Amino acid sequence: MAENLLEVRHLTKYFKTKRGMLHAVDDISFDLEKGKTLGLVGESGCGKSTTGRTILRLIEPTSGEILFEGRDVKKMSKRQLKEARKDMQLIFQDPYSSLDPRKTVNQIISEPIIANRILTNKDEIHERVAELMSIVGLAPRLFNTYPHELDGGRRQRIGIARALAMNPKFIVCDEPVSALDVSIQAQILNLLDELQEEMGLTYIFITHDLSVVNHFADEIAVMYLGKIVEKAPAEELFDHPLHPYTKALLSAIPIPDLSERKERIIIRGEITSPIEPPDECRFFKRCPHACEACRKTPQLEEAAPGHLVACARYKELEA
Amino acid sequence: MEKELILEIKDLVVRFETADGVVHAVNGLDLKIEKGRSIGLVGETGAGKTTTALSMLRLVPDPPGVVECEKLELSGRDVLSMSVSELEEVRGKDISMIFQDPMTALNPVFTVGEQIAESIQIHEKVSSQEAEKRAKEMLELVGIPGERAGEYPHQFSGGMKQRVVIAIALACHPKLLIADEPTTALDVTIQAQVLDLMRRLKEQYETSLIMITHDLGIVAEICDDVAVMYAGKIIEIGTLRDIFNKAKHPYTEGLFNSIPNIHDRKAKLTPIQGLMPDPTNLPEGCAFEPRCPYACEGCKKEQALLQISDTHFVRCSRYLEEGFHIERKEKE
Amino acid sequence: MSEHRKISASELKQYKKRSLLSEVWRNYKKNPSAMIALFIVIAIVVIAIVSQFAFDYKADIVQQNVREKFIHPCAEHPFGTDNYGRDVLVRVLYGARYSLSVGVVAVAISCILGVTLGLIAGYYGGFIEDFILRFCEIFTGIPSILMGVALISAFGQSIIVLMMAIGLVYTPMYCRTTRAAVMPVRDEEYIEAARIAGVSDLKIMFSHVMPNALSPIIVQVTMGVASAILTASSLSFLGLGVPIPLPEWGAMLSEGREFMRDHMYLTIFPGLAIMITVLSFNLMGDGLRDALDPKLKE
Repeated sequence: MAENLLEVRHLTKYFKTKRGMLHAVDDISFDLEKGKTLGLVGESGCGKSTTGRTILRLIEPTSGEILFEGRDVKKMSKRQLKEARKDMQLIFQDPYSSLDPRKTVNQIISEPIIANRILTNKDEIHERVAELMSIVGLAPRLFNTYPHELDGGRRQRIGIARALAMNPKFIVCDEPVSALDVSIQAQILNLLDELQEEMGLTYIFITHDLSVVNHFADEIAVMYLGKIVEKAPAEELFDHPLHPYTKALLSAIPIPDLSERKERIIIRGEITSPIEPPDECRFFKRCPHACEACRKTPQLEEAAPGHLVACARYKELEA
Repeated sequence: MEKELILEIKDLVVRFETADGVVHAVNGLDLKIEKGRSIGLVGETGAGKTTTALSMLRLVPDPPGVVECEKLELSGRDVLSMSVSELEEVRGKDISMIFQDPMTALNPVFTVGEQIAESIQIHEKVSSQEAEKRAKEMLELVGIPGERAGEYPHQFSGGMKQRVVIAIALACHPKLLIADEPTTALDVTIQAQVLDLMRRLKEQYETSLIMITHDLGIVAEICDDVAVMYAGKIIEIGTLRDIFNKAKHPYTEGLFNSIPNIHDRKAKLTPIQGLMPDPTNLPEGCAFEPRCPYACEGCKKEQALLQISDTHFVRCSRYLEEGFHIERKEKE
Repeated sequence: MSEHRKISASELKQYKKRSLLSEVWRNYKKNPSAMIALFIVIAIVVIAIVSQFAFDYKADIVQQNVREKFIHPCAEHPFGTDNYGRDVLVRVLYGARYSLSVGVVAVAISCILGVTLGLIAGYYGGFIEDFILRFCEIFTGIPSILMGVALISAFGQSIIVLMMAIGLVYTPMYCRTTRAAVMPVRDEEYIEAARIAGVSDLKIMFSHVMPNALSPIIVQVTMGVASAILTASSLSFLGLGVPIPLPEWGAMLSEGREFMRDHMYLTIFPGLAIMITVLSFNLMGDGLRDALDPKLKE
């Protein structure tokens, strides 16, 4: 029985706006086993980044529990949080805005080491930085360069080295490759994969690109407007998607292979506003199969072992 | 069998002379596009895709840009010698461009109807009522109700804005449409809608299309031909089938191997090693040589475009050798 | 991937750190007008310092010599003499220190106050920001000369009061520039990254926010010296600035105004001095902006 590193229970985050409460994350729950990767997939505005940041408490959650190694992150004091963040880190999407342009590679990577007083001797810090650089595949000659002198792939490696500096157990990867070119993307994905194997890291991998997450995640949760609409082991999700939104999302991926012309589901209709959404399925207005039964917010139910889906009609649609 | 040529470019060279050195953005590019065909211009950041497109419209900023070209003809008319007023007439009417970011391509203080009507009135002598009517038709064509013509851009979602941009670009039925990463700013489901729309319109109006993208999936969806660019040169060009099933150039192979395969989830990705060469300091021979697993001495020399079949060309001198092939399997 | 070679700290020493300052200087050097301006500013500073030792305040600056009054520019008195027979060239040279010190000290005051307030407003936002901004707005609503006049009449006429008055008048401007520069930086992801790395708020403010918001402030400072000199001169011209015998340029202008019809040079030379100084500082500010900006855009 593998232990859960992270347990999220009824996590909710509302933002106050002029027109009412924006339901960014609306009552989501999931567990994450040690050493595994959860893919959090969805389109812009579905709350996937907010979820990632709320778990790290970069954004204060409205309600819910975030149990990291059994302790509630939400209830931690400032000092406890600082201590806990040694174990939980974040890799950012944008390798440009996530690195301070006024700091050298060395200064960026050593920042968490210095701030947490992991090492105090200057030479030791430098050696540790060099070690981290070598782990993520950065040449030592880049030690004192500035980020603007480097390309996107190398910048992303700096971001990864910074996240690794305190030997974390858990990393939230917020679209770590979506700003990169395909050939560089593959390099970074492979690096993250190797790091997970070697250091036993646990990832939450946030992305809008299902083909990336398929390669990477053990389990995938599909989010739509603040809700998890489907969650299943990666293979299961790709082979037997149940929720109409997941199906549409899968069919929308352009596949670079001529032998696979497939039927495309084009979804139309207005997107439900995330501000004070009505009590109905969030996908109601765009769903081709919407009916009266969808007028009530569906709950996640287990369709197959480990396969959860929040759709009132999935059984009929399967048949 | 020869169809009408919409665009012909011969030996296009674009460089930017900056304080930090000369950036060689495009280095000798030849391209021909027939009426109704669509070609995908594929390559990574800095390959010179967008610069190529801008020079077709003569929109490369000068200075620092310097454009040299032996021949640049748009349906038989020489674009290089055109006056400013002639150019203005051609832009929008014969050749249109859709930019990456729909959020900045629309003017926030005019209604979308006015913006479509404006582009019609610039190129055709029609009354404003007539232009307005046509604007509404264009909106319906891209799947937006005509009544919404009186609304402002901020009232539309990202996908709808991009559809409005397409409506503007197509309002005068251009012969050639250049789409520069038209869907990168959009979500996948919205991207699917927009691609679907572009494909229908292309068929309906027999518009030629240049699709600039880094996403080979999009190319497979919408293009007839593919040109792969690397460091300002076309390194492989052919029909969709040629490139996707019988790729020849090591770089093209590398691109395909970098893409996560949606069906074989535990397959290890094989990325291309190394980085794009510095455009201010390109290697002398094949620009891909430093990263290429098949490189040999001959690659240090200037590479010519070799013909593989009627439609398929590759810029790799190793194909002069008997029996050379890359690892990627051919498919039929 | 596991064959990480251990790299010793001494080995890393070979990779020298290049400071951003040298890059800014490299860009700045390319701008000829800014370079000329820089030389003029340096020259003025040198004059201000040297004149302290070269001239005797009593004998050369305030000593009246009525027999030699109103000598038009000639070989012996290149700028002529004034209504008390004092050499205008010497007075203009000596006056550099007043104009400069008023400019620099006033800017220092407004800079320290304004930048601190702006940093706090920009970084924390919300209620604190509103409060500081409303305060600034009220302050800017009062015309700067009027404000100066009010402060000087309240606290008496002296060079210190003048500096403080001007410093206070320009504070809101620095506050706003700083806030505007801080706001986009605050939302950058590297701030979030620093927070998750466990860096304290104060450290983030000074080691991440400040350096990235600095360039518009530096530009504002150089330009600010110019406008402070101008304001000081206008106040002196109105008779409210530097007390009378001191050869501040504005005060000299004001004194010469009476005799402008017959002895134009009395107003031309101090006027030129003000103009050249202000222009140099402005050009220097322009040059600095160009030198600082391109790096930030990347």
